Amino acid sequence: MTVTTTTTGKPVLTPEMRAEIEAFIPRYPTKQAVTLPALHVVNEHLRCVPLEAIPEIAAMLELSPAQIYDTLSFYGFFKASPCGKVRAWVCRSISCALRGGEDVLSALGDKLGVHPGETTSDGRITLEFGECLGLCDFAPAMLAGTKVYKNMTVEQVDEVAALLEAQADGK
Amino acid sequence: MADYEPILLANIHKPDSHTLAVYQASGGYAAIKKVLAGMSPVDVVELVKASNLRGRGGAGFPCGMKWSFLPKDHPGPIYMCVNADESEPATFNNRILMELDPHQVIEGIMIGCYATRATTAYIYVRCEYPTSYQRLQQAIDECYAAGLLGSNIQGSPFSLNIYMHRGAAAYICGEETGLIESLEGKRAWPRIKPPFPAIEGAFRKPTVVNNIETMANVPHIINRGADWFKSMGIPSTNPKDPGSYGPKLYCISGHVNKPGCYEMPLGITCRELIERYGGGVWKGRKGKAAIPGGLSMGLFTEKEFDTPLDFAGPGKVGCLGLGTAAVTVMDETVSMIDYLHNACRFFAHESCGQCTPCREGTSWSERILTRMKHGKGRLKDLEILLNISGAIGIIPGTTICGLADGAAWPIKNAINKFRDEFEEYIKRTNPTGYMQEEPAEALGLVELAVH
Repeated sequence: MTVTTTTTGKPVLTPEMRAEIEAFIPRYPTKQAVTLPALHVVNEHLRCVPLEAIPEIAAMLELSPAQIYDTLSFYGFFKASPCGKVRAWVCRSISCALRGGEDVLSALGDKLGVHPGETTSDGRITLEFGECLGLCDFAPAMLAGTKVYKNMTVEQVDEVAALLEAQADGK
Repeated sequence: MADYEPILLANIHKPDSHTLAVYQASGGYAAIKKVLAGMSPVDVVELVKASNLRGRGGAGFPCGMKWSFLPKDHPGPIYMCVNADESEPATFNNRILMELDPHQVIEGIMIGCYATRATTAYIYVRCEYPTSYQRLQQAIDECYAAGLLGSNIQGSPFSLNIYMHRGAAAYICGEETGLIESLEGKRAWPRIKPPFPAIEGAFRKPTVVNNIETMANVPHIINRGADWFKSMGIPSTNPKDPGSYGPKLYCISGHVNKPGCYEMPLGITCRELIERYGGGVWKGRKGKAAIPGGLSMGLFTEKEFDTPLDFAGPGKVGCLGLGTAAVTVMDETVSMIDYLHNACRFFAHESCGQCTPCREGTSWSERILTRMKHGKGRLKDLEILLNISGAIGIIPGTTICGLADGAAWPIKNAINKFRDEFEEYIKRTNPTGYMQEEPAEALGLVELAVH
């Protein structure tokens, strides 16, 4: 496994992340229930959940690091090293596949020079396959950050890649 | 049925339909006010029971009956978990409700919590629905600001907090006890039942788990009554059958001209949905098969398109059930091998790994189908696949939850209903009978090398 290491010994969780995590605690009767919200907070700030963050989250939630890691590792969502500035999920499930979703996924991978699950060498775009994104009325569809790409075709992948680049620039 | 007036989707085309102002202008939050002004929790449960509202999430369990299973006089707290982890392939009706009319959902949740005496509700939304999450959170914030949530709502003794909880891309979280485990911060491994959530659910307290669309129906039942609700749909045929009443959001996708989410009373046939609402099969082609209610429900052949999509219909032609009533149409060019490979790959990817029959059965099914697709299938693989499909799931009694039943049904239906096509494909692509005598285990390894 590749992990991001902090050599400075500085904590991974910033005061801002801690405050966001703390705010979830009163919502639940147990601190353990804050595990997923905490992982999402860290993931939103760092585009990953580095291994070093786990003992820190565990300490906040009065759990063992193993409990956090057990939950984290169950969900394929949280990566140990940073995703690209944009993380794009192309649906490969049935309704999209019937309308060419897998061809779009593969063409987009060729265009970006990555396989699903990988990040472009400049660290800007992560391409993922998604299982049904619930966008079947717009098949084949892609979710990139909070943006939905609808009715994509293989012919459009240059355009889609350009839009993803623009999204990576915060546009 | 042409002049059917949408109920659940009545507001979605209005500008800013997701806001409190628009919802209230359309009569929103009248139902909760009516409830708080003069109905006891028992009255609400009885009314919903009388309506025969059945859960829209897939299992079709009567909602009022589910509510009545909560222990009487429990000191509390009681929780409600709203299942918005809509992940069944081809299903997106909850997304439409959450994005375009979140207040309708929240009003339903409020009434459900009042009826069950729940004081906290968690809406578990899949993380692939960022807009749904945002719209519901905005709607909740608007409700707090307007005194519709929090302590002593509208001056009544009823208090309720609603919190959003985000999933992390795992299909199994749509299983109600998997959802509860995930909410608690653990891996989403479904629990052995009993105890059912009504007795011991979230945080070991009585818990009711309801689907988004089910909740969206509740305010209308309060406003217009059980008889009105039962005036729509397919009546029950015997005392044990709760019938198929009320409006339903049907999703249609795949090879049709107008994919979308359409509302009508329960009981439309698959063919009518395709022809009248889906605009017919695309490119002037013929239909070959359709998934009746999400991937896990199995398959209709074209001849079975006249089956009504009510709770009892799909079962009559060997499907698992109505599921989410999300229809995916496949035209005559679709290979059933490709379809089944896609289905098996999905379930292999989404099996949570807790029960061995499901973990192994789904992944072996995928490997066999991948090998078959690559031209190394054997006729006896069909028997192996059927054998697996008969051995995994809660119906044969080998797994904790129903994911494996959903994985088994596409296999059973595809092979039983399209056996000729499978045999023809295998004979055509593997004419020399390559690896005919090898044990299945070895073939799995060969397949990995092919990949």
